[in-house]
Amino acid sequence: MTYDTARHFADSLGLVVMAILFLGLVAWPFRKGARRRNEEAAHMIFKEDDHG
Amino acid sequence: MATQPAEKGFSHKRLERNVSLLGLLALVTVTIGGIVEIAPLFWIDNTIEKVDGMRPYTPLELAGRNIYIREGCYVCHSQMIRPFRDEVERYGHYSLSAESMYDHPFQWGSKRTGPDLARVGGRYSDEWHRAHLVDPRSVVPESIMPPYAFLAQHDLQPRDMRTDLTALSRVGVPYSKEEIAAANDDLKAQADPASDASALQKRYPKAQARDYDGDPTRITEMDALIAYLQMLGTLVDVDKANPQEQAHAAATSVEKAQ
Amino acid sequence: MDGLVMKAGGWLVLALLALGMAAVAVDTPFAVHMCIVAIACLAALWFTISRANYDGIARGIPKTSANPSMYDDDPVRWGVIATLFWGVAGMAAGLYVALQLAFPALNLGLEYTTFGRLRPLHTSAVIFAFGGNALIATSFYVVQRTCRARLAFPALARFVFWGYQLFIVLAATGYLMGVTEGKEYAEPEWYVDLWLTIVWVSYLAVFVGTIVKRTEPHIYVANWFYLSFILTVAMLHLVNNLSMPASLFGSKSYSAFAGVQDALTQWWYGHNAVGFFLTAGFLAMMYYFVPKQAERPVYSYRLSIIHFWSLIFLYIWAGPHHLHYTALPDWAQTLGMVFSVMLWMPSWGGMINGLMTLNGAWDKIRTDPIIRMMVMALAFYGMSTFEGPMMSIKWVNSMSHYTDWTIGHVHSGALGWNGMITFACVYYLAPRLWSRPRLYSLRMVNWHFWLATVGIVFYAASMWVAGIMQGLMWREYGSDGYLVYSFAESVAAMHPMYLIRATGGLLYLAGFIIMIVNVWATLARKVRDELPMTETPYNAAADRPLVPAE
Repeated sequence: MTYDTARHFADSLGLVVMAILFLGLVAWPFRKGARRRNEEAAHMIFKEDDHG
Repeated sequence: MATQPAEKGFSHKRLERNVSLLGLLALVTVTIGGIVEIAPLFWIDNTIEKVDGMRPYTPLELAGRNIYIREGCYVCHSQMIRPFRDEVERYGHYSLSAESMYDHPFQWGSKRTGPDLARVGGRYSDEWHRAHLVDPRSVVPESIMPPYAFLAQHDLQPRDMRTDLTALSRVGVPYSKEEIAAANDDLKAQADPASDASALQKRYPKAQARDYDGDPTRITEMDALIAYLQMLGTLVDVDKANPQEQAHAAATSVEKAQ
Repeated sequence: MDGLVMKAGGWLVLALLALGMAAVAVDTPFAVHMCIVAIACLAALWFTISRANYDGIARGIPKTSANPSMYDDDPVRWGVIATLFWGVAGMAAGLYVALQLAFPALNLGLEYTTFGRLRPLHTSAVIFAFGGNALIATSFYVVQRTCRARLAFPALARFVFWGYQLFIVLAATGYLMGVTEGKEYAEPEWYVDLWLTIVWVSYLAVFVGTIVKRTEPHIYVANWFYLSFILTVAMLHLVNNLSMPASLFGSKSYSAFAGVQDALTQWWYGHNAVGFFLTAGFLAMMYYFVPKQAERPVYSYRLSIIHFWSLIFLYIWAGPHHLHYTALPDWAQTLGMVFSVMLWMPSWGGMINGLMTLNGAWDKIRTDPIIRMMVMALAFYGMSTFEGPMMSIKWVNSMSHYTDWTIGHVHSGALGWNGMITFACVYYLAPRLWSRPRLYSLRMVNWHFWLATVGIVFYAASMWVAGIMQGLMWREYGSDGYLVYSFAESVAAMHPMYLIRATGGLLYLAGFIIMIVNVWATLARKVRDELPMTETPYNAAADRPLVPAE
């Protein structure tokens, strides 16, 4: 692979693929099923409030 | 904690419960950028353009460079002239990547509390450098540089320069066996006005041999540092390098066209 | 008994080995360093012998294990004290070198006290000694609490603490003697690097080991940040410090890379020392201590997931923005700029996540100076992560690079974000770790807060002016077509700025010393008799219904 082919890939298809991948990854944690689990996780540090 | 039924397929929950998987994925994530950016510099051939005149440092210059590094000169002085009109006018032709190709480590710097030194070689006399290093404010009243008078008092450490050249050759600097074997003699020949420097200059073209610190009876750290400063930026004839670059660019565009 | 003999003998052999190395050293600094190592080994030997339970050994009783119902907090307590100790040392060094720039006579003409040798001492002391100890201490504290488990490998955890202190001592004494690899923030020489590698792998083992033996199924978000910090710093450290020693008995080594490759490797390391040491690690502190102090869960856990992955992915690309317009190929510079600008988003995502944790409890900023410090830390984090992407734009960088603006930028991040969040964590930890009812004085925390804040404002403002002035003076042309200013004139113009900067540093250091007094008094079981930070505005006499007169 030369620099030019790498550059061409980055300027075209690679850019689109990366953008879609990024949006997909951002949307992922916002799935409905994750809500309850996330709330539980956020609260876990308060379960041990007995220390000094 | 109430355990939930495992979700189908891959979910972030698995990462949140498996430290090896989390660590592995995090490591992969942080590796990508480095590989994409750094690795090509080692195999793309136009990272360093070819220019004439570059040669490894002479043993005395190398010893001077090691003092430059030891004293942390790079925290206040850059050695990288950017291609702007004011910088080129102030410091000289912008720096070429080939000019630091034998620099282990590079000393481009990041801050100009003092001026750039990439092409300081030959700009001032040895006497000026000596006076400036001993007491910077004696020649530049506004200077805030620390005094380095102690360099003139320290004999250059009687270290075996052959080990230094060997180490550098192991990381890719093209020192020949002959050059390594002659390292200690070359060091003396360059700083001692009484000795014959022709063998040195044959090995290292453009090497300047003289007494740098004004005391011909001994070789001090001052000798080595000034020898290094006086050769900075003097190896490559940048005016010749320009047409070379253009020729190289033309050649590659011809390659592309074919 | 055999175990004790083996251990003591091992330390003795190591000490003798180090002394042997000192005897055959090819340069003085290496000999000095080996003597320091020998002294450290002898100290460990003395400690092993004097602390041994001879009574137990004589009666054949196996070693009593520590109370399993308590967290293993000794290394955390030591870490907090080390954080304070190295913090004051590093900041005092910073103030001293800042004054050297205003008054060069303060270089004293000694080779050991020049700016060139002390500046790495300052940067390493505040980043790796102050910041590093804060990170190690808080990570040991947080990982135990969030995993509800004691530290794995307790002996190794103690080795990590003491080994890291030895690393700091070797690095610092090395700088004074001029032992340096000449790469910023990676100055320690090859043998000190090797030592740090051993310590760091042990650190990883203790941290991951504790997570593995956790009783909570979920790994809390703070631990992801700590984990990525430990792993990435290991990778950066190993690659950037690859070098060839000139002699196995000498301090000098030559970088494995040269020129442009060395430059990019260095700034890939340098920028991610910021990204992972000073950002990811300290974000881990934020994700635990801000919710704990505010007594509210983190604002959005899903935002923290996005924050984590996008931050660690993007940061690693940003290094080339330190090399704009240099001999680095243009494509690498452009990549560095684009990713640096994108980095703004996850950075602010993290800031929002931290700040919004206070949603519904904003009044605590008024009543709780520790919360106020955390909020100020996040505000400075937000400010410097906006400033950073801006300075990485090539057009801005063409002026800001090589100037004091960069120095101002790193300090608004380091003093504002890293410093403030560390202070808040120390204030949170001190009464809890030493089982004291409360801090000696909350009002002194308030004083610390204001001294630090005003100090940063002085610092950042003077360096903005200084940087922009340098940038403009260096490039100014007169109507005659010549450069207007010589370089020396731009140096002279910096004098008042350097004075204001030193004033800012002095204020910040003064606040730090107040913290040391406060923590010291807390540990000494003192409680300052002082008015509470706020009185509830309540007038019982007025709080009555109007009774109509009859």
